[in-house]
Amino acid sequence: MIPRYQQILFAVLLFSALVMGGVLWHLRQRAHERLLAGEDSAPTKAPAVAPAERSTLMVANDADGSLRVQERVLPLPADPNARARVLLGELLNLYAARGAAHPVSGGAAGVAQVFLMPVPGAKKTADPGAELAVVNLTGNFVASHPSGLETETLTVLSICGTLRANLPRITEVRFLVDGQERANLAGHADLTQTYLTADAVNTGEARP
Amino acid sequence: MRWSRGPAAGLAVGCAAILALTAGVLPAKAQAPPSSRFVVVIDAAHGGADAGGRLSSGQLEKNVTLELSVRLRSLLAARGIAVTTTRESDIDVDAVRRAEIANHARAGACLSLHASETGSGIHLFTSSLAPTQPARFEAWKTAQGAWISRSLALAGAINFALLHAGFDVTLSRTALTAVDSMTCPALALEVAPARGADGKVTAEPDDATYQASVANALASALLEWRMEGRQP
Repeated sequence: MIPRYQQILFAVLLFSALVMGGVLWHLRQRAHERLLAGEDSAPTKAPAVAPAERSTLMVANDADGSLRVQERVLPLPADPNARARVLLGELLNLYAARGAAHPVSGGAAGVAQVFLMPVPGAKKTADPGAELAVVNLTGNFVASHPSGLETETLTVLSICGTLRANLPRITEVRFLVDGQERANLAGHADLTQTYLTADAVNTGEARP
Repeated sequence: MRWSRGPAAGLAVGCAAILALTAGVLPAKAQAPPSSRFVVVIDAAHGGADAGGRLSSGQLEKNVTLELSVRLRSLLAARGIAVTTTRESDIDVDAVRRAEIANHARAGACLSLHASETGSGIHLFTSSLAPTQPARFEAWKTAQGAWISRSLALAGAINFALLHAGFDVTLSRTALTAVDSMTCPALALEVAPARGADGKVTAEPDDATYQASVANALASALLEWRMEGRQP
């Protein structure tokens, strides 16, 4: 004869097991639905192509240490962060091309992200709309960059100059490499400081 | 900045000095009158584990800069100019230490020597820092700001001598940690290959004859610079 308390305990355990099984089944169903919903939200239409716009690239030239203005017509996204990244990607593609005047391998993939944010304390200045661009370069791009004072300086200046030419609100630029601060680009140009885009135009001796 | 006198002011000055030093700021006699002894600081860039760039010839930048440093030091010494170098062998010297050596020497001119396989001729760089007014205390990383006008004048003198010697010269500005922290007329000088009219390399930066002619032109320029500094 099974004692009464054991019968009650068995019934409670059985009930608990059934409840837990039900909960597990419910969670599984929810996960499955979520998965299906995710698949449904995948794009089924081709993304709209951004309209082509005239843009200006400040292209470095190692032969005479100058920045040359180069006009391009590119499809540029409306979002300023994405727009800045596309512009810098185009610039780095030029440097990765065969016979480039400022050869640097890596191309557009060398710029991981560009983030725009208000310049700290800009609201109290004469230019409250001034923006700081944080350019996140990839470690591969930096590792493959030729070492040299002039070549590194030209890369930094051409990035700053291109941003200024197309997004004039950007007055300052900071660089990160794989999301981290880095002492220099390839042994020379200081990447810890904030660069003023106005200096890029003055220093680079831009030539048409 | 003008400091008032008195015990309280003295205490304030002392506290400010301690705070400035602990915050990584060191005193600099910006635009101080040059000492009677004219000293040139030669900074052979890189060294030790930091090899710098690699030239087309396979030579490492750290070796080329050291060779050029030794040549220039000898030429300057022969002309009676006192020289301080940041390194005499293949050792690690960080950017802060290089600036410390230069600032301690109270030099009349500081040259940071580099070499590269890109570009052509000689690349002269002054600091990209904005010019600032001389102050009693300068922030370490922007100390060169108070010396920009003198550095540009030095760049002009060296540019003239190099052009006179037949070199292609490119003048520009850059952000280089060691130079930005120096409290003297300071330049970074990068020796690139000499190229002919067709763009072909005629001499690599590690070529002994090429280096000797660069060092000669620099020595002449620094001799002129010393004479210029002595004029009232």
